[in-house]
Parts: sequence; structure tokens; C-alpha cells
Amino acid sequence: MRPLHAFRYAAPATFYPVAGRWQPFFAGLAVALAIAGLGLGFFVAPTDAQQGEGYRIIFVHVPASWMAMFIYCVMAFWAAVGLAFRVRLASMMASALAPTGALFALLSLFTGALWGKPMWGTWWVWDARLTSTLILFFLYLGFIALQAAIDDPRRADKAGAIVALVGVVNVPIIYFSVRWWNTLHQGASVSVTKSASMAQTMLWAMLLMALAFWMYAIAVALARVRNILLEREAHTEWVQHAVA
Amino acid sequence: MTALLSVQTHLPASSPATVQPSTAAAGPALVALRRDLLLAARHRSEVLTALTFFVVVTSLFPIGIGPEPELLRRIGPGALWVGALLATLLGLPRLFAADHADGTLEQMALSPRSFTLQIAGKVAAHWLLCGLPLVLLAPLLGLQFGLDGDVLGVLVVSLLLGTPLLSLIGSIGAALTLGVRGGGVLLALLVLPLFIPALVFGAGAVEAQASGLGVRGHLSVLGAMLVLALFFAPWATTAALRIAME
Repeated sequence: MRPLHAFRYAAPATFYPVAGRWQPFFAGLAVALAIAGLGLGFFVAPTDAQQGEGYRIIFVHVPASWMAMFIYCVMAFWAAVGLAFRVRLASMMASALAPTGALFALLSLFTGALWGKPMWGTWWVWDARLTSTLILFFLYLGFIALQAAIDDPRRADKAGAIVALVGVVNVPIIYFSVRWWNTLHQGASVSVTKSASMAQTMLWAMLLMALAFWMYAIAVALARVRNILLEREAHTEWVQHAVA
Repeated sequence: MTALLSVQTHLPASSPATVQPSTAAAGPALVALRRDLLLAARHRSEVLTALTFFVVVTSLFPIGIGPEPELLRRIGPGALWVGALLATLLGLPRLFAADHADGTLEQMALSPRSFTLQIAGKVAAHWLLCGLPLVLLAPLLGLQFGLDGDVLGVLVVSLLLGTPLLSLIGSIGAALTLGVRGGGVLLALLVLPLFIPALVFGAGAVEAQASGLGVRGHLSVLGAMLVLALFFAPWATTAALRIAME
């Protein structure tokens, strides 16, 4: 009975304690990896020849941008699973991931601005990547706002799933249209891509930070999904037991 | 309600053609289209509101930015396209609201005829009432921005391809926010980011023409996006409407 086994954890009552056991593990891993990554990035990695010390913000900026894009895809995946197979837990997972994704998009924009001021001399340029990250942030906000506005959780799940799916189809279209638009208006664009190859330690620091953000995202999503579970299943017996 | 009844009594008399075999496949769409057009003919002010909004918004740009002809010629395409986009957005909450309130939408969903086609007909009506007038009025407003004849031509073509795209994408948002708290603002938040590609290529085509570059690439992409939306959007809208009516 393999399929049964696979779906066993989709039952809220089984998932809740399992998520509770794993959550501290991911949280601890996130802290450990972040300490290692930041230590390597801030103290071990060499100073950049052109950008000085200011470049070190990329150890936060680049992983945050990756996560912002990646989490949207994961969110859309869970939303689709929830919509297609009517697995409530999958829809809850999508709702739990959205705030984290939005946070990473905001972090990416914010650190990008902090980096842009000393490097480009301006907080913001209408570069293709910046603009598409901003739009991604708006897509997250739309998803969160729609789910917050609908009282019936089932309807909120399904409506959110459609938004996430329409969004995920549009993300590449938006990205390429913004890139085309940007190359057409040459004026303000500054190339973000660096020509020089990265030092080995910088790459390691960045990968460690990316892993740390992954673990953080998993830990926070599990914690959030547990809260959503308690909220939605408040009438059931197992929640009464779990809370008591 | 009285309008609805009169439409229903009016339809069989004037639309026997829609049930003939040759048009049977598109029949539900045509019936819905005809009905919405008739309803709009009884409430003409609603159509004019969106159009007036378009005129007012595009007139605000010169007032806000300044009357220099050179500057206005530069921002003209973008301003007109943003105006058209906002005017379309303004009409979207009404797309399904009235039919949802009086139960017509549920009857449509329950009827044996294709719900998707009926919704496609409603979206087509929305474009004819909300999008097409904008397309026709745009060259006149373009003159205010000092755009030349051939640029105005491209503006019309780009809007002709772009406004149905806006209506189709917008219908998904309108269906999702149907009967939801704060629906109007939420609709804008959901739909405006998805409008961006249309804006990029639509306004881009007009600007490309103004600066002497080829426009075929822009218009082709706009057309491709329209075909894609024609295929997928009614489907997504129907799914969203079914969720809203559960």
C-alpha cells in the first residue's frame, strides 16, 4: 500500500506532530548555516578589487532573490496540488509559503537598494531584474490580499490557487517583457552581471547563505502551517488534545 | 430585474439565428453577448463613464507634467496606454457583479450549454462596450499629445490588439474577487501586475513607430499574447466563477 503511505502525512492530525518534530531541526540548521555563511562572507572572503567592502551585501541579496523566485514556484506547485487533488494541507502549505516569499522579495529589493547607492550612486534604477522582482513582490501581495479577503477557507484556498497558477504562467512573460522594455530604453540600465569570476570563498559563502535561507523558509513555513492547521481544525478532537 | 425579464422576452423573437446548426457551437457565446449589449443599451451612462474617465485621466498627464510639446510627444504613447489600462480596470468589477447578485450567473452555470462559451460572450461584450470605444477615441486624444498620423495609426492597432487582452486577463481577476470584501482595490492589486506585458509591448509599439524603429515585433508579440489569453483566460475565469458560486 505505497500510495496510502505517501498520503498518510497529508492528514492534518498526523502531519501536525511530525511537522512539530522537524521544525526545530530546520530552524537549528538555518541558524548554523547562517552563522557559517555570514562568517565566511564577512570575515574570510577577500575584499573585492572594484567594489571594496560594500559588495558583501550580496551574500544576503543574491540568495534572497533566488528564494523569492523559487518560493513562488513552490507555492504555485502546492496550490496546484491542493486544487487538483483537493488536499487541504497542500493549499495550507501554499498559504504558509506566501509571506516568506514576499519577505524575501522585499529583502532582495531592500538590500539591492543598499548596494545600489554606493555602487551605482542611486537607490533604484529601472533595471530589468529590479523591475521584475518588484512585480514579483506585487504578485505575492495580491495572493496574500486575496486570501485574506475571503472568509471561507476553502474558497480562499481555491481562489488563491488560481491566482498562483495564473501568476506562475505570467512570471516568465513578465520577465521577458520587462527585459525587452529595458533594452529598448537603454538610458538608465546598468548591467548587474559581473564580468570577473568570483573567488572560491565568495561562492561558498553565497551557497551557504542560500542553504540557510532554504532551511529558514522550511522552518518558518512549517511553523506557519501548524498554526493554520490549529486555526482551521479548531473544532476537531485532535486539536483539543494538542492544545490541552 | 425588469431589464432581465425584458431581455428574456426579447431574445427568442430576435435571435432565432443563434440556434441554427451553423452557429450552434458559438451559440451560447452569442446569446450572452447579445444580452449584455442589450443591457448596456438600456444603461448607456455606464459605458460613457469609463470613456469619460479615459479622457479625464489622459488630460491629467499634461497638467501634471507640463505643456512642452516635445515632452508630451515623448510621454504620449505611455500616458494613453496607462489611461486605457485604468479605464478597462474601472469597468471590470461590473463584469459579473449584477449577474451574480440576481442569480443569472448561477443559471448560466447550471444550464446545459457551455458555461465557458457564455462567459467568453460576456467578456466579448465587455470589450465591445469598454475597450472598443477607447480604441476609437484614442487617436483624438493622441492629437492632444502631438502624435503624428502614422504614430496614431500604430496606436490604434496596438490598442485594438491590447484592449481585448486586458479584458480577458481582467475577467479572471473580476471572477476571483466576485463578492469579496474590498473587491475593487483587490482587483487592481491582482490584475495590474499581469497587465504589464501588454503595456510594455503596446506602448512600446507606438514609441517604436515614433522613433522610426520597426513595429512588427511588438505587434506580433501583442498578438501572440492575445491568442494565448483567448485560449486560456475564459477557462480560468470559468473556474474562478465556479469557486465564487460554491
